[in-house]
Amino acid sequence: MKLTIADLKRGQRGIIKEFTDDTIPLKLLEMGCLPGNDVELVQIAPFKDPLYLNINGSHLAIRKETALKVEIELVE
Amino acid sequence: MAKQINVALIGNPNTGKTSVFNHLTGLNQQVGNYPGITVEKKEGICKLPRGLKAHIIDLPGTYSLNASSLDENLVIELLLNKNDKDYPDVAVVVSDVENLKRNLLLYTQIKDLGIPTILVINMADRMELKGISIDIDLLEERLKTKIALVSSRKNTGIEELKELIINYGRIPTEPCLNASSIDPEYFDRLRKAFPNQSLYKLWLVITQDVNFGNLNRKEINLTQDFLPKKKSELKRLQQKETIARYQFINGVLKETHTVDINAAKDLRAKLDRILTHKVWGYVIFFSIMLLIFQAIYDWSSYPMDFIDMAFAELSEWSKNVLPAGVFTNLISEGIIPGLGGIVIFIPQIAFLFLFISLLEESGYMSRVVFLMDKIMKRFGLSGKSVVPLVSGTACAIPAVMATRNIENWKERLITILVVPFTTCSARLPVYLIIIALVIPDERFLGIFNYQGLTLMLLYLLGFGMSVFSAWVLNKIMDIKGKSYFVIEMPDYKLPMFKNVAINVVEKTKSFVFGAGKIILAISIVLWVLASYGPGDDFNNAEAVVTQEYGNSLSEEEFNKHVSSVKLENSYIGIMGKAIEPAVAPLGYDWKIGIAIVSSFAAREVFVGTLATIYSVGSDDEKTIKNRMAAEVNPILGGPLFNFASGISLLLFYAFAMQCMSTLAIVKRETNSWKWPALQLFIMSGIAYVAALAAFQILK
Repeated sequence: MKLTIADLKRGQRGIIKEFTDDTIPLKLLEMGCLPGNDVELVQIAPFKDPLYLNINGSHLAIRKETALKVEIELVE
Repeated sequence: MAKQINVALIGNPNTGKTSVFNHLTGLNQQVGNYPGITVEKKEGICKLPRGLKAHIIDLPGTYSLNASSLDENLVIELLLNKNDKDYPDVAVVVSDVENLKRNLLLYTQIKDLGIPTILVINMADRMELKGISIDIDLLEERLKTKIALVSSRKNTGIEELKELIINYGRIPTEPCLNASSIDPEYFDRLRKAFPNQSLYKLWLVITQDVNFGNLNRKEINLTQDFLPKKKSELKRLQQKETIARYQFINGVLKETHTVDINAAKDLRAKLDRILTHKVWGYVIFFSIMLLIFQAIYDWSSYPMDFIDMAFAELSEWSKNVLPAGVFTNLISEGIIPGLGGIVIFIPQIAFLFLFISLLEESGYMSRVVFLMDKIMKRFGLSGKSVVPLVSGTACAIPAVMATRNIENWKERLITILVVPFTTCSARLPVYLIIIALVIPDERFLGIFNYQGLTLMLLYLLGFGMSVFSAWVLNKIMDIKGKSYFVIEMPDYKLPMFKNVAINVVEKTKSFVFGAGKIILAISIVLWVLASYGPGDDFNNAEAVVTQEYGNSLSEEEFNKHVSSVKLENSYIGIMGKAIEPAVAPLGYDWKIGIAIVSSFAAREVFVGTLATIYSVGSDDEKTIKNRMAAEVNPILGGPLFNFASGISLLLFYAFAMQCMSTLAIVKRETNSWKWPALQLFIMSGIAYVAALAAFQILK
C-alpha cells in the first residue's frame, strides 16, 4: 500500500513523492504542494474532512479526496 | 505637469496588499467596476516626493498568472496589454515575510513579462517574533530587483517604497529564471514562429483563455511551422514550469533567508486547536453570530430612533417654512420621507459591514470554511459557500460574486441560487419596523430581548432555507464536474483599524447611494401617483364626504375623510384596489400591496413606499412607525399590523426574490436567464404560500 497525505496522523510529517494521477489541480502545486516538499498534518476537521496541512511553511486545507492523490514518504 | 507613474499593485491574497494600498493612497482612492464586468476596481493617487504623482491600481489578489477565475483573468489581461491606459510603468509585488516562498512564485512570473518589478516584503514587524532573517542585498541581486521592507502595521518602509517607485527606470527588466528550459525544443519553435513577441507572453496566451492586443490563442495555433500541443501536454508543461520556478526560489531562499524554528509559533497552533475544535469550534462560531445579530439590533436602535425623529421633524419644518404648493408637498411628503427610509438604516448596515470585515481581516473566516466544509458538502455546497452565505447578510450582490473562488461548478451554481435566501441588509428595514410593531419589547429570562430573538430567528430561517434548498437542488440537478478544494489558512492577525474603517465607509456609501437613487426615484413616482387621480371622485372628494356624512363631522375628522377618499381614488389607489384580492388573504390592505409590488425593484423600498403613501394620507406629523401602528384593517377591523399579518409579512420578505440587481448579477455570473428566472418564480411562489399559511393559521 502506498502512503498518501490522507494516511498522516495529526502532528505527523512526510515528504511528498509524487501524484497518483494527472488531475491534480495546478493550484495545489502553486500553493507549494510539490514533490520534494515536506508536509505536516496540522489538524483534521470534525467529521474527518478536510485536512489542514503545513506544506513547507504554507498553511492550507484540502479535501481528503485530493489528499489521496498525493503520495508521501513518512518522516519519523 | 509631470507624467503620472502608472503602478500596478499585485500579490497573493492575505499579504496585506490592501493595507499597502491604503498607506500609499490614504483616502485618495475610489472603487469602481471594470467596464463590462463586476470585478471591483480599486485605484488611487499617491503623492510622491519632489512633486511627482503615481496612479495606483490595486489588482485582485492571485496566487499565480495561471488564471482560473474572472478576477485573475483581469490581472493577466492588464499585464499583457501594452495599449491599455492603465498598463503599468512599474509593477509592485506585495509579499508576506512569512510566506515568502509561495509569494515569490507570482513574482518570478511577473518578472518574466519584462515589466520593471519592485518586491515589497510586507509584515516586516513579525520577523523578529518569528525568528526570520533575510540578506536583503543578496536577495535583490538574485531576484534582479529592488526590495522594500515594509510594515503596514507599524507604517515603516512606505517612504522607501515611494523612492523606489520614482526611480523605477533603474530596475532591471530581464527575467530571473529561464522558463523555456522546461521544453527547449517547443519554445524554440515558438520563438521562430513569432520572432517579435515576448516568449513568456506567448506562453501565457497559449495556456490561458485570454486575449491581448491582436494576438490570440487560435491564431498562434494556426500559424504555419508551429506544432501546437495537446491540452494534457500543456497541463504537464505548466506543472513542470511551476516546479522549475519553485526550484529556483528554493535555491535563492536557501542562500538569503533563515528561520530560527525555535522562535514562538504557539499562538497560531493554540488558537487553531480551539477554533477548529469539533465542539468548541461550532460553539464559538454560533456565539459570534448570535453576538453580531444582537449587537446589530441593540446598538443601532438609538441612532435609528434619532434619525426617524429627525426626518419627521424635517418634513414638518419644510412644510411650515416653504410656501404652500405642489412643490413643497413633493418635498415634504415625497422626497423627505423617502430619504428618511434609507438614511435610517445606515447604523445597522455599518455595524454589519464592520463585523464582516473584522471576521475576514482576522483570518477567522478561513477557519469557518475549514470547519463547515464537510457539513456543507452534504448539502451540495462547499465550505467556501459559508463566505457568500455570511456576506449575503450584507448584500446578495457581492455574495454572488464571492462564489467565484468555489472551484466546482455545481457547488458554485447551487451557492449562487440559494444565496438570495440569506437575510440581506435590504430586508432589515422591513423586519425591524414590523418587529417593532408586532413583537413586544420585553425580555426573556431577563437577558434576551424578544425583538432581538425574533430577528435572530429570521436570520436562521434565511440560512435554513438556503441550506434546505441547496439540498433539494443537489438531489435534482445532474451536473458533473471535477471537484477539488484548496484554501489557504492565513495566520491570525489583529485587524487593522484603518483597513476596517475604510472598508465600512466605502461599503456603506455605495449601499446608500446605490439604493438611495432607486428609492428616491420610486418615492417621487409614488407621490405623484398618490397625489393625482383620474376620476370625479378624486377631484370632488369634499363633496363625496359631505354627501356621505352630512355636516356632522368636526373639521379634523372631515379633513381625514377627505384625504382618505382622495387616496383611494388616486392612480395608486386604483392600482392598489386592483391587486387587493391577491394580497387580502395574506392579511394586507392595498397599501401594503403597493409597497410589495414596488419592492420587486428592491426590498428596501418597502418602508419608504409606506412612508410616502401614509404621509400623503395624513396631515399629522408622526414618525413612520406611529403612522403604521394607527392603520386599521379594512376588512377585519383592528390594527392592520397585528401578530398574524406581521408574521405573514416577515415570511413573505424572508422568501421572496425581490431585487432586480441580484437577478442581473446572477444572469451575468451564470451566463443564462434560466437561473435568475427560476429564482424569481420559485422563491416568490414559496413566499406567497408561506405568508398565506401563516396568516390563515394565526389570525
